[in-house]
Amino acid sequence: MTAPLPAASPRSGREGATPASGAASGAIPPAPRRPGVLRRLTRDRVAVVSAAFLVFCALLCACAPWFFPENFYAAQDRQLGAVPPGAAHWLGTDALGRDLLARLLEGGRVSLTAGLVGTLVSVLIGTTYGIVAGWRGGRAGTVMMQGVDVLAALPFTLFVILLTLFLGRELIWIYAAIGAVSWLSMARIVRNETRLLKTRPFIEAAQCLGQRPARVICRHLLPNLGGVVAIYATLTVPNVMLAEAFISFLGLGIKAPMTSWGLLIKEGADAMEECPWLLVAPVAAFSSTLLALNLFGDALRDALDPRTA
Amino acid sequence: MGMAAFILRRLAGLVPTLWLVATCVFFLARFAPGGPFDREREMPESAKAALHAHYGLDRPLAEQYGRYMLNLARGDLGPSYKHPGWTVRELIGARALVSLELGLWALLVAITLGVPAGVLAATRPGSLLDRAVTGAATLGVCVPSFVLAPLLVLAFALGSGWFNVLGWETAGDRVLPALSLGLVFAAPAARLARGGMMDVRAQDYMRAAVARGLPPWRIWFVHGLRNALAPVVTWIGPAAAGLISGSFVVESIFNIPGLGKLFVSSAFDREYTMICGTVLFYAAVLLALNLCVECVMAWLNPKLRAGA
Repeated sequence: MTAPLPAASPRSGREGATPASGAASGAIPPAPRRPGVLRRLTRDRVAVVSAAFLVFCALLCACAPWFFPENFYAAQDRQLGAVPPGAAHWLGTDALGRDLLARLLEGGRVSLTAGLVGTLVSVLIGTTYGIVAGWRGGRAGTVMMQGVDVLAALPFTLFVILLTLFLGRELIWIYAAIGAVSWLSMARIVRNETRLLKTRPFIEAAQCLGQRPARVICRHLLPNLGGVVAIYATLTVPNVMLAEAFISFLGLGIKAPMTSWGLLIKEGADAMEECPWLLVAPVAAFSSTLLALNLFGDALRDALDPRTA
Repeated sequence: MGMAAFILRRLAGLVPTLWLVATCVFFLARFAPGGPFDREREMPESAKAALHAHYGLDRPLAEQYGRYMLNLARGDLGPSYKHPGWTVRELIGARALVSLELGLWALLVAITLGVPAGVLAATRPGSLLDRAVTGAATLGVCVPSFVLAPLLVLAFALGSGWFNVLGWETAGDRVLPALSLGLVFAAPAARLARGGMMDVRAQDYMRAAVARGLPPWRIWFVHGLRNALAPVVTWIGPAAAGLISGSFVVESIFNIPGLGKLFVSSAFDREYTMICGTVLFYAAVLLALNLCVECVMAWLNPKLRAGA
């Protein structure tokens, strides 16, 4: 459930076409096959380090229930109160005597899952919308993209807050609400890519052979969209995690006794005068994970982009 | 087609957009579980029913919607439930100026730090300075304002005692909120300015400026920046949307009486009129801002006027 990398090894498609992003017309000859994406990625030191860090974090959070007794993150010890990091509690405890390490790992589980589920929702909506808009083209496609432009002009967190109001504050609905508003750039990119691919000979050939549109899209279009979708999915994960932390920080997201990194940062900020350690550890965990995700996303883009040699 | 017709057509396009936003938010808020008068301690049913009747919340939803839209057309956003005697429009008017000031300070921080840093980085690509700026810009994306603000408070208010922990009274109270909101946006500004400058630096007129023996700051900041700024100008629209989101947390951390706090508390309290009013206000401001940006771009490039 908490593997950190969605679709880390996309296929470039059976047609051997590399995504030619940003080009104005479809008249570009297919780029010669370069060394595999995985090879290029493993040669990139930043990508390897950030991927390893993410896997480590995810494993740690996923295995937390085995290290600690059940619901340990919520277990209170009011006699103990807040103690700084030490041998008994590696990261210290909060005012209610709850172990911060256990809470950090539990919060990480919630935050990383939010990143994955939210991204999954946004990929599903964004890809479908983008393919429909790009495939139909014409007036309908333009109107669909104008709708995206209008939505993109409005603050994203505003919609997340409104949607969580509407859907309720159950975990799964928060994930879905965030995913449901973060598909806009995915839709734009998939639409542009679809429009480029649609004019390519292999798609036209499949249509001339009388294949139904649904089959052409599934068998020929989708595999070639894999690259761009993978890049933007990786870059969507940190944004989704940010949104979850943001609304949890405002108190409109995850409800106590459940916790997430956003909520832990909020609790740390409230108590920072007396117990600064409660702020530092969640901030460090959250920011370093975001950094690793962003660096990995950039590296993946470089590895998949045909323009970088 | 002239500029005036272009602006008029775009303005006409805003009306259906705002209507759509109003409709969506109206129904999203109404169908949300809970109501504006569900407090922690339940009030008697009869009092609640009286309040509902007073504000017309007991009518059929379609009628409420029709009435809200009619009032909206006249510029009336309805009464506030939590601040009896005040209308939503008055409250928004009083709070929006505070948020606007915060946003402008933050934008100032972002642009005055980000743009020069980006330009300096582009003057020597690959140098230590360039790598420092690019690195800082990458880091900036990972330190959102709700992380930066507590850290700044810890260092400069609690630690050194230079600034107040919260409040919005003195000029000094502006510093930490503006920094925690603005520094986050300095990162994309620097990245865009650097990218724009990298495109411009190879142009012939830059070489001509060097050949004429102009001082370096004049070459980069006058001849270069003018042409490299287009990405930064178009970015101001999305940046304003981000600033609004950021203002929600910054205002709640520093206890600033701004619009963001009003929106968040209205979302908590299910204050339907206030939710709709604030969202509509934000939407109108952002759409107007985007229109301004579009006008500047259309004025710079007449091709855009005919196309759209």
